[in-house]
Amino acid sequence: METVHVNPSRAEKLLDVQGLNIDIHVGRGPDARIKKVVRDVDFSVEAGKTLCIVGESGCGKSLTALSILGLLPPVAERRVSKLRFAGEDMATLNHAGLTKLRGGRIAMIFQDPMTSLNPVFTVGTQLTDVLRRHKRVSKRDAWDRATFLLERVGITNAQDRLKQYPFELSGGLRQRVMIAMALMCGPELLIADEPTTALDVTVQAELLDLLKDIQREFKLGMVFISHDLGLVSRIADDVIVMYAGDIVESGPAQTVLRNPQHPYTELLLRCVPRPGSTPAKSALPSIAGAVPSLDVAIQGCAFYDRCPAREDACRKDLALTGAGLHRYRCIKPGALRDIEVAA
Amino acid sequence: MKAPQHTLALDKVTFSYGKGGVFSRKTPPRVLHEVSLKVESGKTTGLVGESGSGKSTIAKLMLGLVEPTGGQVLLDGKPLNALSRLDRAKTLQMVFQDPYSSLNPRVTIEDILISPLRTHGIGDRASRAKSARDMMDAVGLVPAFATRYPRELSGGQRQRVAIARALMLQPKVMICDEPTSALDVSVQSQILNLLLSLQRDFGLGYLFISHNLAVVQHISDDVVVLKSGDIVERGTAQDVYFAPTHPYTRQLIGATLAPP
Repeated sequence: METVHVNPSRAEKLLDVQGLNIDIHVGRGPDARIKKVVRDVDFSVEAGKTLCIVGESGCGKSLTALSILGLLPPVAERRVSKLRFAGEDMATLNHAGLTKLRGGRIAMIFQDPMTSLNPVFTVGTQLTDVLRRHKRVSKRDAWDRATFLLERVGITNAQDRLKQYPFELSGGLRQRVMIAMALMCGPELLIADEPTTALDVTVQAELLDLLKDIQREFKLGMVFISHDLGLVSRIADDVIVMYAGDIVESGPAQTVLRNPQHPYTELLLRCVPRPGSTPAKSALPSIAGAVPSLDVAIQGCAFYDRCPAREDACRKDLALTGAGLHRYRCIKPGALRDIEVAA
Repeated sequence: MKAPQHTLALDKVTFSYGKGGVFSRKTPPRVLHEVSLKVESGKTTGLVGESGSGKSTIAKLMLGLVEPTGGQVLLDGKPLNALSRLDRAKTLQMVFQDPYSSLNPRVTIEDILISPLRTHGIGDRASRAKSARDMMDAVGLVPAFATRYPRELSGGQRQRVAIARALMLQPKVMICDEPTSALDVSVQSQILNLLLSLQRDFGLGYLFISHNLAVVQHISDDVVVLKSGDIVERGTAQDVYFAPTHPYTRQLIGATLAPP
């Protein structure tokens, strides 16, 4: 599905994903089933821009991110009609080709820096290894770049820090080290899966500002996975909202967040307490019911069971519709805008 | 409902970990410095601050798990350490941040809920089972969950179990240490609503620890801001959020991200 509004001045997309499906094979023998955990997901990222994938646990956002680099667990199977990075086809890349990209031109930051850093090597060893694996540089030059990047991500005494082990660093410092490591090879695309959720708010704010600065400096494209709508509002250029494996709404971040069309997006935004407008100690709106099981294929809108505005027609399969870049998968867009939803 | 009023208070509590040893020249660093705060029945005291500011130490002190180095922890004006461990448990309970690690994975939900009663020798088999069912109903868990295991439940359901377990002994004060920060936003609002309605029904006092100031502002009557072991600001939730006086409070509020 091509968007109608094509901006001719727009450069070629850095990352272009079309028709991404992820199936998970569960059980063996007669019990074997297939869960379709991500269905027909399309998105793209431009150099220097941030795409946020928003959704709650189990909506498929992390799998979507992992699948780009072919990092899915063995039980998961990816099918994709188009997967291009910087003009090259990634869908058909073999293991060696992918290994070259990972950590090199495409870097990834995970949620928990303690489990993604190796506890038995110093920070310096780990940082320089990444670079020397991808590029022919001397140890000395690699060390210099590591020092430079640690300073760039706001770590003082970088020389000393390089000789320390991960356990000697605080959570915020470790996550800064992860960011520095991701930047070692000068990537074009950074995929970050909730990199700041484990951190204090003040540290989170600093790291987000830092990422934005670095993004501007290096023209980095970013895919940012989060469930925090406040964070998304701060950093995203574009956003896709996922629910139970479907994109339910997508578009420019401020448009989607200020004028949500899909009932799920609308309700998600209302769940967040807003000092000043939400009466203190009042019951907050919440979303009744639970995420549907993916054991049986979903017919029509995935949000049907929990939607206050549902009707029979919602049971039919539906494509994303909408004007321009703001698209949504709903036959009654904006249906909840003026409706009070019981807590 | 007119429940008896209870107050749990820290009175000029100073705390440091370790004693510093006989030969040590340095006194161990103070984690808390003359901290006074109180939690009253039917009210919520919000506690905010960064990692390492001493929030969790305050939780431990209020539960009587550690003894203050200086000052006193008082329950209804009497020293908390005068009470036995079992008596403390009947008055004070705790809800933890991570419902994935705070529940025993090997026992059913019903067993999890019954175990406080069994430990305290309250009731017989039948009455304990009934209390467990009633409590599940109160926190919005369907009876079918009684025979399930924690792994079969979602994060929000597990946090409901953790809250139900804390309520089994009908405590007066509940310490909630980041009870929603591991949860999705739609589940967070459900758990906050549950805590608010339980407070109305049972007259519970909460110490609500969080670094999300928007959430703290919403659920609290009073807010205390802690920085490296010192209280830097305190006041009503409205005043602290909308008219902060300390730069650190302003910094925390500024760092809180809210959607448009």
